Amino acid sequence: MGKIGLFERLKSGLNKTRDSITARIDQLIKYHNEVNDDLFEELEELLILADVGVNTSIQLIDQIRNRVKDEKIREAEKVKDILKEEIMRILGYNEEDFILKSPSVLLVVGVNGVGKTTTIGKLAHIYQNQGKKVLVAAGDTFRAAAIEQLEIWANRAGCQIVRHTEGADAGAVVFDAIQAAKAREMDILICDTAGRLHTKKNLMNELEKINRIIEREFAEAQKEVLLVLDATTGQNAVSQAKLFKESVDVTGIVMTKLDGTAKGGIVVAIKNELDIPIRFIGVGESMDDLQPFDSKSFVDALFDDM
Amino acid sequence: MAFEGLADKLQAALKRLTGKGKLNERDVKEAMREVRLALLEADVNYIVVKDLVKRITERAVGQEIMQSLTPGQQVIKIVNEELTALMGGTQSKINLVPNQPTVIMMVGLQGSGKTTTAAKLAGHLKGQGRNSLLVACDIYRPAAIKQLQVVGERVDVPVFERGQKDPVKIAKEALALAKKEQKDVVIIDTAGRLHVDEELMDELSRLKAEVKPHEILLVVDAMTGQDAVNVAKSFNERLGLDGVVLTKLDGDTRGGAALSVKAVTGKPIKFVGTGEKLNDFEPFYPDRMASRILGMGDILTLIDRAQAAIDEKKAEELEKKLRKQQFTLEDFLEQMQQLKNMGSLSDIVGMLPGIDMRKLSAAGGLDEKELVRTEAIIQSMTREERRNPSIINASRKRRIAMGSGTRVQDVNRLLKSFEQFRKMMKQMSNIERSIKRGRFQFPFM
Repeated sequence: MGKIGLFERLKSGLNKTRDSITARIDQLIKYHNEVNDDLFEELEELLILADVGVNTSIQLIDQIRNRVKDEKIREAEKVKDILKEEIMRILGYNEEDFILKSPSVLLVVGVNGVGKTTTIGKLAHIYQNQGKKVLVAAGDTFRAAAIEQLEIWANRAGCQIVRHTEGADAGAVVFDAIQAAKAREMDILICDTAGRLHTKKNLMNELEKINRIIEREFAEAQKEVLLVLDATTGQNAVSQAKLFKESVDVTGIVMTKLDGTAKGGIVVAIKNELDIPIRFIGVGESMDDLQPFDSKSFVDALFDDM
Repeated sequence: MAFEGLADKLQAALKRLTGKGKLNERDVKEAMREVRLALLEADVNYIVVKDLVKRITERAVGQEIMQSLTPGQQVIKIVNEELTALMGGTQSKINLVPNQPTVIMMVGLQGSGKTTTAAKLAGHLKGQGRNSLLVACDIYRPAAIKQLQVVGERVDVPVFERGQKDPVKIAKEALALAKKEQKDVVIIDTAGRLHVDEELMDELSRLKAEVKPHEILLVVDAMTGQDAVNVAKSFNERLGLDGVVLTKLDGDTRGGAALSVKAVTGKPIKFVGTGEKLNDFEPFYPDRMASRILGMGDILTLIDRAQAAIDEKKAEELEKKLRKQQFTLEDFLEQMQQLKNMGSLSDIVGMLPGIDMRKLSAAGGLDEKELVRTEAIIQSMTREERRNPSIINASRKRRIAMGSGTRVQDVNRLLKSFEQFRKMMKQMSNIERSIKRGRFQFPFM
């Protein structure tokens, strides 16, 4: 499922978009032919419509404006390449690969309904397929039937699961899972957590506690905290990323539901404002639809001719 | 609270206008530029913003305002009116049909909160004396049926399920059962789906054709970005929506989706979900929401919530006690618990007009913990102590402090403020009596 697979998948996902960014930019460029203020204004509109956000959009447009001036660019066509380059610059060209040592522990966090449990199922599938021994911890003890949901995913992926009952202490589940991971010499432990709004102090405190348990009990493991974001989310995603980062030091982002018409431009804003790398993207419902993030493919898929 | 960020920005933008005796076009345009950015940052759809700002500007620079003595206030009034209109004007209710079960179908993207909302709605209708049947038609997501069963049980509403069978068949069977059992409402929970997923959208069309729902409600996450309008539009074109339920409004979302969906689909927001508990669910009032966004407060919702949370009989009893000055720490504790039922402190205060939440939090904010502490202190007292605080001596204070995990000073402070409160009440009833006798005098005069 290498990078070509991802590229094709992304493209087919984005193809569904009725008026994709690219198509509209092309239209704009055809219409304008030459660089002028209208073009910039409409580019800004397109970026905002893609959820890139007001701040980042204005910043991007300013950079493009400057470059157009400095490099004495006349043709509207070239503006598209510059826009692409500038977005690439924000996302990072050569983000180092996301490699997990053994043992590793992934703590998966996010607000309600972004797809944490599903993402964990897919992650378990990916690593299990790589021949790693994966254990998942059913740390969402709050939402009705969340444990059952994870159990079904664990069965599909063929990995082991540590679970308590609904309403149990999530910290205790994670503690037990860590002991089990050590005893059974697991390569990767993935901990599910209950969805929580980042503004709920007590719930964020609970998350901090879980994080501390991992640090204390499993210090030898490589720890990654993955924040799952829904691509349809707007500017609030920046606030989510910020507050989750403050409380549990998020090390990476998983962006789900990119197969809809949402452009997921919010990742550009998050990378720009908070500098958290994007690790995976979800482009569909099946097991294989979670893909490692590659900024070049992402931007290409957004901007290449379709 | 939701909308807070938008409220802050909008208020800041408009504040600059209020002080002026005269407004020229440039003042208005400048303010409108900031209004535009505030709305865009709040995820209000770009096209909706453009349109809204244009309308406001036209009205603001027109006659309406220039002749007013307080032009700034006039602009705010215009913004308020336009925001209200944008969100649908007046409150829209669910249309319940007589003599047969009203069928409501919940649709939406994955993770928007359909299952939870279905149960919340059933619970809400139950509070109005309607009995519902919840129908589990999400046959795809692992454990979705189980989830509906659990939340259904929590609101004490039966759940109809037939496993992973064809949703259309399940719904048909459920409908037949509901008719037989004379249910008032049937609420169908469907699987989350992307609006571009032809196959699943087709399933919804078939479901609609078969069960002929009276209401199709689109469940939308309040944090949704610019794409909210595409989603709402697609679902509306495909199914013909009757209304929208906005969920997760308890976060810090600026709620732009709320402002956009009505504008693009013409379908009103009927309910909002405001928390994780199953009773965190309210009808949506566009006018109230608009005034909240503009910092004009929302007393009406506050009263609604108070009525829902406070037992009327108890309130009467309390009033009597206050009059007779028999108000004890026990009553005080009860009051605090009722206050908690109404929502978080900051939420309540946010509905009061004229309170600048930003300044309040800058000044240390509302300490929800203080409430918890006070509660703990009172709960650590014996019944006798609560009824007659004067018996609390030094050793009792030490015990209470230990029991509640606080310090003796905290206990002292509580007792003192309680005493002050009682005195205040006494003076109030004195004043009232004096008024009745026609010789009113301020106690301090």
